Amino acid sequence: MWSRRQGRLRPTVCGVEELRRRRREQEAALRKARREQQLVSKRLLREDAPEEAGEGCVAVILGEAEVQQFLRQAQRGAEEKEREGALVSLRRGLQHPETQQTFIQLEGSMRTLVGLLTSNQALLQLEAARCLHELSHSEQSTIAEACLPATSYLLTYLSGYSSDFIELCLYTLGNLIVESEAVRRQLLPQGIVPALAACIQSPHVAVLEALGYALSQLLQAKEAPEKIIPPASASSSILASTLPQHMLQMLQPGPKLNPGVAVEFAWCLHYIICSQVGNPLLIGHGALSTLGLLLLDLAGAVQRTEDVGLELLACPVLRCLSNLLTEAAVETVGGQMQLRDERVVAALFILLQFFFQKQPSLLPEGLWLLNNLTANSPSFCTSLLSLDLIEPLLQLLPVSNVVSIMVLTVLCNVAEKGPAYCQRLWPGPLLPALLHTLAFSDTEVVGQSLELLHLLFLYQPEAVQVFLQQSGLQALERHQEEAQLQDRVYALQQTALQG
Amino acid sequence: MQLPPALCARLAAGPGVAEPLPVERDPAAGAAPFRFVARPVRFPREHEFFEDGDVQRHLYLQDVLMQVADAPEKPRVPAFACQVAGCCQVFDALDDYEHHYHTLHGNVCSFCKRAFPSGHLLDAHILEWHDSLFQILSERQDMYQCLVEGCTEKFKTSRDRKDHLVRMHLYPVDFRFDKPKKSRSPASAEVPGDSGERSEGEAMEICSEPVAASPAPAGERRTYSHRSVSKLFLKHVLNVCSVLRILGCTWAAALLILNSER
Repeated sequence: MWSRRQGRLRPTVCGVEELRRRRREQEAALRKARREQQLVSKRLLREDAPEEAGEGCVAVILGEAEVQQFLRQAQRGAEEKEREGALVSLRRGLQHPETQQTFIQLEGSMRTLVGLLTSNQALLQLEAARCLHELSHSEQSTIAEACLPATSYLLTYLSGYSSDFIELCLYTLGNLIVESEAVRRQLLPQGIVPALAACIQSPHVAVLEALGYALSQLLQAKEAPEKIIPPASASSSILASTLPQHMLQMLQPGPKLNPGVAVEFAWCLHYIICSQVGNPLLIGHGALSTLGLLLLDLAGAVQRTEDVGLELLACPVLRCLSNLLTEAAVETVGGQMQLRDERVVAALFILLQFFFQKQPSLLPEGLWLLNNLTANSPSFCTSLLSLDLIEPLLQLLPVSNVVSIMVLTVLCNVAEKGPAYCQRLWPGPLLPALLHTLAFSDTEVVGQSLELLHLLFLYQPEAVQVFLQQSGLQALERHQEEAQLQDRVYALQQTALQG
Repeated sequence: MQLPPALCARLAAGPGVAEPLPVERDPAAGAAPFRFVARPVRFPREHEFFEDGDVQRHLYLQDVLMQVADAPEKPRVPAFACQVAGCCQVFDALDDYEHHYHTLHGNVCSFCKRAFPSGHLLDAHILEWHDSLFQILSERQDMYQCLVEGCTEKFKTSRDRKDHLVRMHLYPVDFRFDKPKKSRSPASAEVPGDSGERSEGEAMEICSEPVAASPAPAGERRTYSHRSVSKLFLKHVLNVCSVLRILGCTWAAALLILNSER
């Protein structure tokens, strides 16, 4: 996927500023959609002929008569080239929403298209599938739902052999899946889950990426946690199928790992895991160790500066690991956590540094994993100390309030384990950093700082003196009127004065 | 953010677990007003914590991040013809040929030349259309298998199966790959456009060019793409039957025994 994308890069017509502005708008629209829980995105595969590339590819609006004419030509044209050409013209028209409307309102148009889709003329079939794909990409439900008569055929073709065609069918299905629950209510009984389970054995990378996309759309559905994922939902169940094992296989690091494919399946796993309906099953399939190894691999890729789009894969992997670590099943194997390798901590910090430079919005997700790793693990807390990672952690404090709170929480995880741990936290940069965070205005940040101070004073009493010498009391005073902080501020003041 | 230089070395070195420092908690640590408790945190699906990452994911899907543009042109080659006997299609791109081959010659019934989109449907077709034993057995038990992958239901008649497909699996009533058998004659003179088809003869049935002359009886045209499940079945039956004939059993009894083996 990465190289294919890079091969497709072309010089853009608009300026950089214009692109940035568009991207900001797009991002704002996506955020709004997410807050309303309406986050839906469709993927469009478009292959225009090269002679169009330079002309801005403006979609042509076709009128009713033209659509009819193209359909008739495609069905009954004398020459195969003529029929194919008619469908190509139709497809170009269908890139425009108005033509899409015209098409679906025309009686018999979908029936004709489905007829062409199932014809014995391979190239007509392909073009008909492309027309369907354009329609599936529409933002309007009525247009996407007009494609429903074709779905049984799209599913049938998934067990065929032509990889380009299968890829197209999968992307079309993925677009339709995400459209509405009505569509899914048809696709599930039609056997989409077994069809995907059979198709996932394809050796073609493009097919796998498309399958991952379609599956991720299915798993993102609102009703997925009740109706699609759990093993009890019989034939439409994801967890009861062989899909989870195959998904994990796609995520195993090694020469066969394809980043584009891995991204899709990592997101699939994330949607399953955060639904919290079958995580012990996944742990039983070795999800923790596979994901842990993948994390190491990602850190390695960062070090080799092969970082194009790495955060797209890192994000779901971090989320999967973090959520899985909260499962009780994690503790069962020999009474120890399945994920114990110290290298995971090293890899995580390499990724944190990468996020710090390239994608700071992902720092909280990385720190979330660090919290879940260290919370109940003396071993991982010891690793943080022995690998000298406290100072790099402190360097993240200024990034944002959310990040500060999480950094302080991780430090509390370490400190609460007792004197042996606090001894390694002091002397050092910790106390100055805490004095600095006490100057923040955010109540939660200050609150977490107070918790850490309390632990430090308790297990490392020598720190109190230094705290006093560095005007610690004045730093505390600033917050003694704050309702949420008062009690703790007072308690610390007492400790300091008595110490 | 500066990482210690030894960290990369640690990553490159083998797996290992740090020997934990001794844990020794004082009860005063969790005493009021302090409330910190070390605990792993879980976030459910729609939690706002995931907003940033989700937005990035969707930007990617919408292709903004990688600025996907048009696919490169298909590499063209000197024109060549399809090698399958009787097919005259010409191509100048390998992708087109691949798709043509798989569509038209990939899963072809060696008896009637109908092409199917998958091996699964081809197998079902051969059994149901060309296997006389299937017909006999189907009088005793449900033999018509549901066409949806993963569904193990079987039916007495093809009509019952169609009803099941329509009612349970929401398939279209005129699903093209489930045509009921019309006549028993081999389809040497198949006309496109069976009764009931509304689109102009575009079902996946015969090769677009007429097959010149069948070069050999169907049974000998065994290429990897032409399945003949019933030939093996027949051989198996014949073996069993010869044994049973030696033992003095009748043909019907032989079938009963065979049936119970399935």
